[in-house]
Amino acid sequence: MAVITYRQALHDTLAEEMRRDPSVVLLGEEIGLFEGSYKITAGLLKEFGPDRVMDTPIAEEGFVGAAIGAAMLGLRPVVEIMTVNFSLLAIDQMVNHAAKIHYMFGGQSRVPMVLRTPEGGGQQLAATHSQNFSAWYAYVPGLKVVAPATPADARGLLKASIRDDDPVVFLENLALYNTKGEVPGLGGNSTSERQPPPDDVVPIGTAAVMKQGSDLTLLAYSRMSVVALEVARRLEQEQGISIEVIDVRSLRPLDRPTLIESVKKTSRCVVIEEDWYSYGVGAELVATIQEGAFDYLDAPIKRVAQAEVPLPYAKVMEQAALPKAQNLVESIKATLDASGYRARTTR
Amino acid sequence: MLLIRRFEEKTAEMYQRAKIGGYCHLNLGEEATCVGLAAGMRPTDYLFTNYREHGYAIARGIEPEPVMAELFGREGGVAHGRGGSMHLFSAEKRLMGGYAIVGGQIPLATGAGLAIRRKGENDVVVCQMGDATTNIGAFHESLNLAALWKLPVVYVIINNGFGMGTSVEAGSSVAALHEKACAYGIPGVEVDGNDVIIVRDAIREAVERARSERIPTLMNIKSYRLRGHSVVDPDRYRSEQYLQRIRGLDPVARLADQLKRDGILDDEALEQLETEVEREVDAAVEFADDSPEPDPKKLFEFSYATEVPNQPSALPGQDPWR
Repeated sequence: MAVITYRQALHDTLAEEMRRDPSVVLLGEEIGLFEGSYKITAGLLKEFGPDRVMDTPIAEEGFVGAAIGAAMLGLRPVVEIMTVNFSLLAIDQMVNHAAKIHYMFGGQSRVPMVLRTPEGGGQQLAATHSQNFSAWYAYVPGLKVVAPATPADARGLLKASIRDDDPVVFLENLALYNTKGEVPGLGGNSTSERQPPPDDVVPIGTAAVMKQGSDLTLLAYSRMSVVALEVARRLEQEQGISIEVIDVRSLRPLDRPTLIESVKKTSRCVVIEEDWYSYGVGAELVATIQEGAFDYLDAPIKRVAQAEVPLPYAKVMEQAALPKAQNLVESIKATLDASGYRARTTR
Repeated sequence: MLLIRRFEEKTAEMYQRAKIGGYCHLNLGEEATCVGLAAGMRPTDYLFTNYREHGYAIARGIEPEPVMAELFGREGGVAHGRGGSMHLFSAEKRLMGGYAIVGGQIPLATGAGLAIRRKGENDVVVCQMGDATTNIGAFHESLNLAALWKLPVVYVIINNGFGMGTSVEAGSSVAALHEKACAYGIPGVEVDGNDVIIVRDAIREAVERARSERIPTLMNIKSYRLRGHSVVDPDRYRSEQYLQRIRGLDPVARLADQLKRDGILDDEALEQLETEVEREVDAAVEFADDSPEPDPKKLFEFSYATEVPNQPSALPGQDPWR
């Protein structure tokens, strides 16, 4: 077991899957010679050559559609879109074709492709380069959508996504690339061709319990799962509050039973996401808990999300809009107070 | 061509009788493009089309029965009734789908060409589209990619002069659509779409160039549709004079005349052909009528190719987590 970054986990997994299966090809802007805007694909052109690591012109609809068509004929393209914001130029191809082809043609064709792209704010990239569109993709039947929070899940879910015969939208987050974590099966010599342990594929459609707890359930995905885990550990250590943290990680399909069972146990729930407040994944999570665990709830479910503005450039303004640990702490406390909770130990 | 003509006339009739729902676009008047295009390809080549594709499906060798059954929304249809008129598909005949988002099929066909190149195969992709499609971004992005990557793809515009009610001249700054090829440094060819032999030969030349030299071609096949944009279009934007003129260019009558002139076909043989075709079309309707409707219990049957935990399976009003 090695401790590596989320970036390294993505890089090593791509390389490993390309070595395993020659039908895996990469397409994207600046992924070859330039080695990727965020260096996920560094060195891959050198190892696999231009036929498998294809630099594309700036034509998102064209090359995403081409990846879908290539997948119909048996390749396994992994497309990198530089940031999720640019994927809007290709969303027609994902929604109207990738998501429909298997169903609409009566199961005669499959689309084994992955669209990898980073979301997220906090880098002072301003309104058009800091967005999250998890909900837009997760809304669409026919797509699978994952948003890993840890290097281990980045690896496990990327493997599952590449091996899956359906189109998968693989949502990364800019602020996660440098985060570190333990990754089974990786580390040491990254070019090693040894077989990794068989259990390192993370099944799409399953949530992960990051930390067990009994007083309150935190639901999160992508970068906010990391924030949620930090907050939960801190509150437990400092105030004795036992918080269960669930990393949703698969937005479609959504592992509703795991979320509901947790809240049945804790009777309290707070949802945190980096996306805008209204109409998002968070709203879906709240609805799920309300439907499946209403009788168990001791307080209304609270939501922490991004302020609903185009994200401003100025640092102080951007930070004011983004959800932070402190917002989560306050929401947890409000939820506990609303249910008459008293911590077992207080300072 | 006669089969497509009579199939489409019957389709219009069945639509009026509410056997067929949704949108329905006919190839009436475009039969020479359907047959010529299919005849210029090898059976192992791939075809992507737009939503006006019944004739191409039949010309590709799909039996009229499952095509009509698809229009009827039956389990015996080419897509088991899940696709309908605009989404015909046959893996076996390598008809890789009718696509109903204008221009949507062009990047897909381009990617199919990429897969062929990557796998070192010898097949060619033909991508059919309408005239108005040449104004959309996907068209330009795809032609650039195909030329840049040297992909074996032939882009075929079936130019019937109108995108719904908008004429080519009203929608495109360049009315000679094949001239758009010059922006990508690939050949652009204008073809008379009312002569099936001319269409076949032109397609074959472009397809073989794609196969042997990896040079894509843009083809502007000029044709006419004898009816409105779709079955329900009253066609008020085209003058009686224009319609009179295009009726005189009917490709089916033209081929029949030519075959008679060349002594290949006489009136008796033509009559016999009519009888055979009528029987075939009637059989298609009978097959479609007899084919069962899809079972609503199979609503989620084709949701995913790879099963994963927690796939949606709830009907309206049911709880999705149980």
